[in-house]
Amino acid sequence: MKNLDYNDTQLSKKILSEIKEVSSSLGDITIMEFCGTHTHSIFRFGIRDLLPQNITMLSGPGCPVCVTDNRDIDYSLALAEMPDTIITTFGDMIKVPGSSKSLQDIKAEGKDIRIVYSCMSALEIAEQNPKKNVIFLGVGFETTAPTVAGAIIEAERKGIDNFFVYSMHKLTPPAMRSILELGEVKLNGILGPGHVSTVIGSEAWKFLPDDYKIPIAIAGFDIIDILLGIRALLEMIRDKNPRVMNTYLRAVKPEGNKLAQDMMYEVFEVADSYWRGLGKLPESGLRIKEKYKDFDASKQFPINISEANEHRLCRCGEVIRGVISPLECPLFDEVCSPSNPVGPCMVSSEGTCSAYYLYGVRR
Amino acid sequence: MNEKRITLAYGSGGRLTHQLIKDIFVKHLGNEILYQMNDSAVVTLNGRLAFTTDSYVVSPIFFPGGDIGKLAVNGTVNDLAMVGAEPLYMSLSIIIEEGLSLEELEKIVLSIKDAVEESGVRIVTGDTKVVEKGKADKVFINTSGIGVIPNGIDISGNNAKPDEVIVVSGTIGDHGIAILSARKDLSFSADVKSDTAPLNRLVKKMIEAVPEISALRDPTRGGLATTLNEIAQASNVGIEIEESEIPIKDSVKNACDLLGIDPLYIANEGKLIAIVPKDKADLLVEVMRNSPYGKDARIIGRVTREHPGKVVLITRLGARRLLDMLSGDPLPRIC
Repeated sequence: MKNLDYNDTQLSKKILSEIKEVSSSLGDITIMEFCGTHTHSIFRFGIRDLLPQNITMLSGPGCPVCVTDNRDIDYSLALAEMPDTIITTFGDMIKVPGSSKSLQDIKAEGKDIRIVYSCMSALEIAEQNPKKNVIFLGVGFETTAPTVAGAIIEAERKGIDNFFVYSMHKLTPPAMRSILELGEVKLNGILGPGHVSTVIGSEAWKFLPDDYKIPIAIAGFDIIDILLGIRALLEMIRDKNPRVMNTYLRAVKPEGNKLAQDMMYEVFEVADSYWRGLGKLPESGLRIKEKYKDFDASKQFPINISEANEHRLCRCGEVIRGVISPLECPLFDEVCSPSNPVGPCMVSSEGTCSAYYLYGVRR
Repeated sequence: MNEKRITLAYGSGGRLTHQLIKDIFVKHLGNEILYQMNDSAVVTLNGRLAFTTDSYVVSPIFFPGGDIGKLAVNGTVNDLAMVGAEPLYMSLSIIIEEGLSLEELEKIVLSIKDAVEESGVRIVTGDTKVVEKGKADKVFINTSGIGVIPNGIDISGNNAKPDEVIVVSGTIGDHGIAILSARKDLSFSADVKSDTAPLNRLVKKMIEAVPEISALRDPTRGGLATTLNEIAQASNVGIEIEESEIPIKDSVKNACDLLGIDPLYIANEGKLIAIVPKDKADLLVEVMRNSPYGKDARIIGRVTREHPGKVVLITRLGARRLLDMLSGDPLPRIC
């Protein structure tokens, strides 16, 4: 059997013409792509320009760095200021400005801050530096949390006592629910996150059709994946039959990845969490269970953080909720750019503002 | 194992320094000018000169397809070649972190020797310093080079003119991905080798066949996208490239997908971009394809009067989007 090429141009053009056909019978349609990686792929492939006029793609809150609250950034900075500490983090985090500085700024001042590509690398650094406290900044959704849990389990097994995680992990369905509850944007369909759904399963999104009568299509990240997802949404909208459609069958199962879920919930428990732009959302984050408190940086290094400041004019919060486009932010391309980001949406490789900037969308 | 290592004494300027220079550098890289051993090398040159310098701090120092030594020679050779110059003489300054094994140093010098022989450039002067552990990362190298530009050749990044054609010499992104795959903290592997190579012989053939070449650049840091932006801005022209025409190895593409980075922003060390009048483009591509470092050469786009200073990418589906310069490091996605 020949494998399908998910970037095949002929097939893409065929699906695109089907999208045009279905949408011709519809009024104005707004689809939110939840995931920041979708946002960037959609721009990279030029999909927005190719869609019919009546289809609007709106970027959602699916960028873990973007939704990290400023007080968590400030806490991370305070952790980095402690003596004998090594902070380990994913690359995007180090440029995000907190109330006054970014991790990058204090790295330049001499603090030991290292970029890692997996939490396991952070654990290795802890093993190699037994006299230092090695803290991993745990940012991410359900995709990242299982591997962080795995690292904590491994640390316990090996008896490593200088490895800690500051958990800022968040759960995606509560954020989607919150945006719909707020009702600021009218959505006709949701392009569901492919990577997150490999872990939580397509069934985790059933509340969208059940409670809100909104269809969701879970999609992968190649051109054809995204176009298939959009076509599935338009068909469900046309048929007035909202469901969960899994168009990313090669990766996503209805029940998700049980092994990853079990690992995640061995170490973490669901807790309330602060989101930039959305505020405090009930049961929307992951905190480290009491059983693993020895690895919990928030318990081992309690620090009082004064009220967090955000740039007066930064509108990342509204961008995250899909209420405004980055072009409506007065800072965009004036003072805020990837080289000088004011808010996280311009920093992250999944941020909406960075997608607009990088792919040349200007006022 | 009794492995000899570089100590601070090797950088003292005394007996051990002389021994190091004699037993490793002069032994492998010697030529009649280097043998002069004066404070300066004395050479005779005629014509328009090109002069360039570059420092190499790559980590890790050994990577699939090459090492810091090969890179340090080829990088400077290529910088000279990109203005049409024939690379003649080069300096080699090396800063060693205390603790590097002599074996590793010799391996790097042997690789420099190979690169020097392949390109035909000669190392005529050099310097060695040793710094305390932690003050450098194993080895840093600086090379400067001098070359002579043949008469009648005027190649410059600000020469691109509307309706000219853009040619790339081969696959994009190999070097950057090879380096990333060799980094220990990045637990991923890719079967990709660095493309580091001297391009001066390729350029010589190109210039002989098509002296009208307007611009040549090697898309190193910042990758193809950034280099095209630099040309568009310097020449005040627009550039349009076709995504489907850009050669990228499948292994590079897969690694980029995995890391969430765009191959168009990834460094190359053995590739060039040529801008050439349209009616000469096919001839140029044919000449390039007969050369080992140009065998995958192809036309990827054109220079336009519209949108001066900007690069537009035409995607596989025919959508047009801006291809901006690299801002910051390309960072992997985390979701």
